[in-house]
Amino acid sequence: MTDVAAQSSNVGSATPDTMAWDSRARRVVMIYLPLACFIVILLFPFYWMAITSFKPNAELLNYKEHNPFWITSPTLAHIKHLLFETDYPRWLKTTMLVAIGSTFLSLFASTLAAYAIERLRFRGSPYVGLGIYLAYLVPPSILFIPLATVIVQFGLFDSPMALILVYPTFLVPFCTWLLIGYFKSIPYELEECALVDGATRLQILRRITLPLAVPGLISAGIFSFTLSWNEFIYALAFIQSGANKTVPVAIVTELITGDVYQWGALMAGSLLGSLPVALFYSLFVDYYVSSLTGAVKE
Amino acid sequence: MSVTTLPSRGMALRQPNWLMRLFDYKPFLVVVCLTPAIGLLAVFLTYPLGLGIWLAFTDTTIGRSGVYVGLENFQYLLSDPLWWSAVFYSIFYTAVATFGKFALGFWLALLLNNHFPFKSLIRAIVLLPWIVPTVLSALAFWWIYDPQFSIISYLLVDVLHWRTTNVDFLGSPWPARFSLIVANIWRGIPFVAISLLAGLQTISPSLYEAAMLDGATAWQRFRYITFPMMMPILAIVMTFSIIFTFTDFQLVYAITRGGPVNSTHLLATLAFQRGIAGGELGEGAAIAVSMIPFLVFATLFSYFGLARRKWQQGEAND
Repeated sequence: MTDVAAQSSNVGSATPDTMAWDSRARRVVMIYLPLACFIVILLFPFYWMAITSFKPNAELLNYKEHNPFWITSPTLAHIKHLLFETDYPRWLKTTMLVAIGSTFLSLFASTLAAYAIERLRFRGSPYVGLGIYLAYLVPPSILFIPLATVIVQFGLFDSPMALILVYPTFLVPFCTWLLIGYFKSIPYELEECALVDGATRLQILRRITLPLAVPGLISAGIFSFTLSWNEFIYALAFIQSGANKTVPVAIVTELITGDVYQWGALMAGSLLGSLPVALFYSLFVDYYVSSLTGAVKE
Repeated sequence: MSVTTLPSRGMALRQPNWLMRLFDYKPFLVVVCLTPAIGLLAVFLTYPLGLGIWLAFTDTTIGRSGVYVGLENFQYLLSDPLWWSAVFYSIFYTAVATFGKFALGFWLALLLNNHFPFKSLIRAIVLLPWIVPTVLSALAFWWIYDPQFSIISYLLVDVLHWRTTNVDFLGSPWPARFSLIVANIWRGIPFVAISLLAGLQTISPSLYEAAMLDGATAWQRFRYITFPMMMPILAIVMTFSIIFTFTDFQLVYAITRGGPVNSTHLLATLAFQRGIAGGELGEGAAIAVSMIPFLVFATLFSYFGLARRKWQQGEAND
C-alpha cells in the first residue's frame, strides 16, 4: 500500500531527479527506519539473553568498567554450570518427551477428526467442527484447578504422562481447524476415483488423502510442538518433583534460589530452552508462515 | 452419482474382509474417527470445566473434598479487596496491552506488506518473540528490568544522562504494572502483525488503483479501504488476543509473581496463588470461574463490535 503512496506523492514534484530522490528518502523514512526500529526492539531481549549467558560475572555486574552491550572475555562457565551442576539435561529430556508425545497424540486425534468432519460429511458435521473449535477458546487458566483434581484422581499427578494427555486439549482444536482447511483444498474427485476403483475409505485416507495433506500435517506438528514446549501453567500445577519438571517451569522454580539471582545461568537456561523451538521453527519457517497466513484467510 | 454415499463393496477388486467392510460403514467410521478427539476434549476439557464450576460452589481444599456452600465463595470474593484489585488490573492490562499490540502490530503489518529485500527472512525474524517460550523471554525482561543492573537504566543514566537515578521498574505498583504490559505487548506484536499481514494481502490492489484515480490521499485510502476491509480479520484476531491477554498467567508469574504488594495480580495468578499454592481449591476455582463473565463480555464486544461493520456493508458472512 505504501508503495503506491510513495509513487503518488511524486506526482506534484517537478523534475524526474528530485522525484526519484524524494521517493527514496520517503521510503527510508516511512518504511526502512520504522522497520529497523521494530526489528531491533523485537530482537533485543534475545540479544541480551545471549550476551548475558556468555559474560563472566565480573563483567555482568560492572557497567562502569565494561560496556554492557559487549563481552570482552566470553565464558562458558554459566552453560557448564547449567549442564553439569543442575538437572537441566533431565528437564530438557522431559520437555522433549512431553512435546513429542502430545504432538503425536494431537496429530493422530485431529487428523481423524478433521477427516470425519470435512470428508465423511455426516449430519451435524459443521456443528461438531464448531464445537471442537470452540474448545480452543477455553483458556487453561480457567481449567488448571479442576484439572489438577482430575489428574490426581487418575493417579497421574507429578507424571509427564499427565501433560502428554492434557496438552491435546488446546492442540487438538487448532490442529483440527488447520487440517480441515487442508483437506478442503484436496480435490474430492481424487477420492471419488479411488472409491470407484474399489478402495475402502481407510485405504483412501492412508494412500491418498494423508500423503496429500503432508504440508498441513507438518505445520500442525510445528504448532503443536512449539505450543507444548511453551506451555507453563499446567506443567507448573501438575508437576511437583524437581526432576520431572519441564524447562520453562524448572527455570522459574528451581534455578531461582534465594535473593541473589544467578543471571548468567538463568539467561543461559532461557537461551538453551529457546533454541530447540527456534531451530525447529527455522527449519520449517515457510510452512509455518504460510499456514498461519492461510489459516487466517480461511 | 451416489458413489460418495454408498459403500463400494460390489466394485472391490480385492475382496474386503468383514473388518474392512465395517470400516466402510460410514456411521461406524465417523464414530471411530471422532472418538480420540472428542474423548480427549470431553475428559480433559468439558468435564474439568463443569467440575471447576462445581468446585467454585464448594469449600474444597487440597486433600479434603468439600461440601456445597452456595455462593459463599463469591460473596467472600466480592468483599476481598485483592480480588477487586485483580479484576481492575486484569481489565487494565488487557485494555492497554491489546491497544498497544494492535496499534503497533497493524503498523508493522503495513510495513511488512511493502516490497523490500530479504522480505521472508525479516518476516521470519519478526515472529521470533511469539515462538520462544513466554516464560523464558519473560525472564529476559525481568533481567532487563533489574533494579540495579537494568540495561534501560544504564542507557538513561550513564549514556543519555536523562536521569540521575536508576528506574525502579518492579519495586512499586504502577511502574511494575506498566513494565508487565510492555513485555506483553512485545510478545503479542508478531502474532498480530503476521495475522493482519495475511488480511492485507487479500485486499485487491484494484481498489487502491480506483481510489487513486479518484484522487484519494494515502490517509483516505487507509481509512476507507484498508481499515474497513480488515474489520473481519481484526475482529477475530482481537477476540483471540483479548481472551488470552485477560487470562494471561506466565508473564506475571515469571516477572513479579503478583507483587509488589499484590498490585500486579491478574485473576489467573490470584487463582493459582489461592487454589494451588494456598490449597484452597474451592476459592481458587471461584476466582477462575469469575473470569468467565468478563471473557464472554469481552468476546461478544470485540467480535460483534468489529464485525458489525461488515453486515452494514451488506457483505456475505463467511
